[in-house]
Amino acid sequence: MNPAIEIRNLVKTFGPTRALDGVNLTVQPGQVHGFLGPNGAGKSTTIRVLLGLLRPDSGTATVLGGDAWTDAVALHHRLAYVPGDVSLWPNLTGGEAIDLFARLRGTADRHRRDDLIERFDLDPTKKGRTYSKGNRQKVAIVAALAADVELLVLDEPTSGLDPLMEAVFAEVIAEENAKGRTVLLSSHTLAQVEKLCEHISIIRSGRIVESGSLAQMRHLMRTTVDVVTADPVDLSGVAGVHDLADDDDGALRMDVDTEHLDEVIGHLHAAGIRSLQAHPPTLEQLFMRHYGSAETGERAAADTATARTGTAGDSQAADR
Amino acid sequence: MSAATATRPAQPAPPTPARTGELRGLGTLVRFALRRDRMRLPMWILGILLATVGTAVSFPASYPDAEARAGALLTIDNPGTTALIGAVYGDGDYTYGIITGHNLLVLISAIVALMSVFTLVRHTRAEEESERVELVRSGPVGRFAPTAAAMIVVIAANLVLALVLALGLGSPGIDTVTWAGSFVFGAAVGSVGLVFAGIAAVTAQMTENARTASSAAGLVLAAAYVVRALGDVSNETLSWFSPLGWAQATEPYYADDWAPLLLPVGAAVVLLVMAVALNRRRDVGAGVLGSRPGPARAGAGLRGPFGLAWRSNRGTLIGWTVGLGIFGLLYGPVLSEASTYLEDLPIMAEFMPDIDASGEELFAATVLLVGAILCAVPPLQVVLRLRAEEAAGRVGPLLTTPLPRWRWLGANLMLSVLGGAWLLTVLGFSIGLGAGHSMEDYSWVGTSTIAAVSYLPAVAVVMGLGALLLGWAPRIAAWSWALVGFAMIVAYFGGILDLPQSLMDASPFEHVPEQPAFDFDGRPLAWLSLVAVALSGVSLVGIRRRDVREA
Repeated sequence: MNPAIEIRNLVKTFGPTRALDGVNLTVQPGQVHGFLGPNGAGKSTTIRVLLGLLRPDSGTATVLGGDAWTDAVALHHRLAYVPGDVSLWPNLTGGEAIDLFARLRGTADRHRRDDLIERFDLDPTKKGRTYSKGNRQKVAIVAALAADVELLVLDEPTSGLDPLMEAVFAEVIAEENAKGRTVLLSSHTLAQVEKLCEHISIIRSGRIVESGSLAQMRHLMRTTVDVVTADPVDLSGVAGVHDLADDDDGALRMDVDTEHLDEVIGHLHAAGIRSLQAHPPTLEQLFMRHYGSAETGERAAADTATARTGTAGDSQAADR
Repeated sequence: MSAATATRPAQPAPPTPARTGELRGLGTLVRFALRRDRMRLPMWILGILLATVGTAVSFPASYPDAEARAGALLTIDNPGTTALIGAVYGDGDYTYGIITGHNLLVLISAIVALMSVFTLVRHTRAEEESERVELVRSGPVGRFAPTAAAMIVVIAANLVLALVLALGLGSPGIDTVTWAGSFVFGAAVGSVGLVFAGIAAVTAQMTENARTASSAAGLVLAAAYVVRALGDVSNETLSWFSPLGWAQATEPYYADDWAPLLLPVGAAVVLLVMAVALNRRRDVGAGVLGSRPGPARAGAGLRGPFGLAWRSNRGTLIGWTVGLGIFGLLYGPVLSEASTYLEDLPIMAEFMPDIDASGEELFAATVLLVGAILCAVPPLQVVLRLRAEEAAGRVGPLLTTPLPRWRWLGANLMLSVLGGAWLLTVLGFSIGLGAGHSMEDYSWVGTSTIAAVSYLPAVAVVMGLGALLLGWAPRIAAWSWALVGFAMIVAYFGGILDLPQSLMDASPFEHVPEQPAFDFDGRPLAWLSLVAVALSGVSLVGIRRRDVREA
């Protein structure tokens, strides 16, 4: 099966700025693919190339088997897009804007449209200029989701939405995915991405620095372990143990390389485990690891791990 | 302070007026506004200065002696020209000073009024519409500080303009262009600018939309121009109801009368106070006139790119239709008066010996030319609006539907041409109707309508230039306004400035036979149409090749 999105060595420059510096990205059909990266990393530029709005300088961007630039019009029958900062026509109501998009796509499903408007609690009679940021996003989300398409390209679609509406959004996306639709989701709401996306790619400074399934990536990361043992146990010097912290009441906190987990648990077991909590690495850790610049990447990851340990301690305190 | 209060434990100091004042942060905001306009305002001022002084210094070259000046007076002192640029004043000696004041005062004042309107709305309503003002107001900034800062910047711009105009006109030392008169001229122009700053300040309070605010103030300017035209031609008292009339009443380089300027200054103060009072009554972002809900579903008309283009430009086109209709109906009757003057002038025969046209026809041709150039403004706006839409991020989502780019631009070009054709028809028809009614000869309706519509190819060339830049160099698309401005200069001053024909030929309107004074000739119209089609065609190619950019 051909990938839904395949980008190879994509370069896009704006004057002296190299916005995309050899991006490679593959999204398989049926995936909900999380697309992450700090501000200005090139997420929106990549997405705008995929939509045929920007012309690549070099490299290829293939969408649903067609070239994103030359086959744009034909491809647009099969995809829908939600921008991160929706601008509406000031003198058109939200309902009119939604209908305009439906008519341009030629797939007007009135029932679906009304259903979505109700679920997102949107007032379609207000003029574009009077909507709040969140409500402008809703207009674009309804317009895109009402379309009967194979691919949804969502560029920070929920920015400005309240948590209630974010939940509705997650629900609808899960439904869409169940119907077999492919979704490319750029978002800063990491909890949302973690919930919705099986696969993620992280972009930094115009390059993809990490790509794969979340499970796979988690495997490469450290698991945080909180443990209380019957007998004291000396773990210093055991391979794969990092940031070991010893509490007064015999509780230990540490980060363990996933590949050494078995070995470490063996040591703990020998000392008699009273209680044990293991936290898989979060997407946030993963993201933060790539957030800093290349040189400080390791340090950033270490810092994150420390910060993470602190958080874990707090949550454990709450558990007790 | 009494001893009793002094012994009390220290209390938090009550907020001093300076800290809670409604104008807090004013100085910073004024500097900020000036920083944002550091190119825009100097360009306005420099442009106006160069146009004014450049024209003024050309008069002695065009009319080297008293005889030439007398001849100029004869050709220019007729109701038609009076309606366009104002009434001749003085004691019969058409001095260089009076030539300057008479030819330039009304026109330059109108341009300065536009500068005031655009600048004021840009710093008030446009800021609120973009929600930037909320960011500013959330800081320790007084409630009226943003509005007051905009007012101060515009007032300052007008004062500077008045001063540089006075210095610019006075310095070349043209005979009879006195220093006293130059200062009156500058002050008169600046005071009109102040009035329209006040008008824009009020309209900016009324609506939530910056374009509507500018348009409303622009409409007041158009009304002021027409009222003054009617007054100058028929009834001097009427001109006193127009801010432009107040400026004219100073009669620079003749009476040099400062007293009439009390009116515009007073009016400006009243309007600005009104704007502040209105500002007090409303919320940030809201207009005094509220916004109503609209339909929950799109009507049948909002189907594709043409439907969207129509909805986006409907208000502008309707406004222009009403404006041009009124313009035509008011100017039409002036035609019959023009004839009585022009026909008796021996000099007309001398200037245009080979023209077999009546006075009405000559004047009608001039008014139609000016009107036709005005009719190019909305079609160009239709095209350039697309650039603004693109920058605002509304074009990207549109073009991610299966809408080909060329169809999107093509639909807008179609609306642009149709709009131009419609407005030209309205212009010709209303002038014809007004003229026909006053002369009891309704054949004018047909003559005038056909003459007006014959300018459509020239209007389409202007649109085509806008489209070409939009397609290939979107960042400089707005430069296409220069062609409209140039065409206007050629139409108004081409003759009096003795511009070389090759330069004047750059205006597409120069190539259209000026009906009804001249006979219809299809060939130049066919050429202009071809140019317009070529420009549009090339623009459609360009739009397919370039990036869709935001900001």
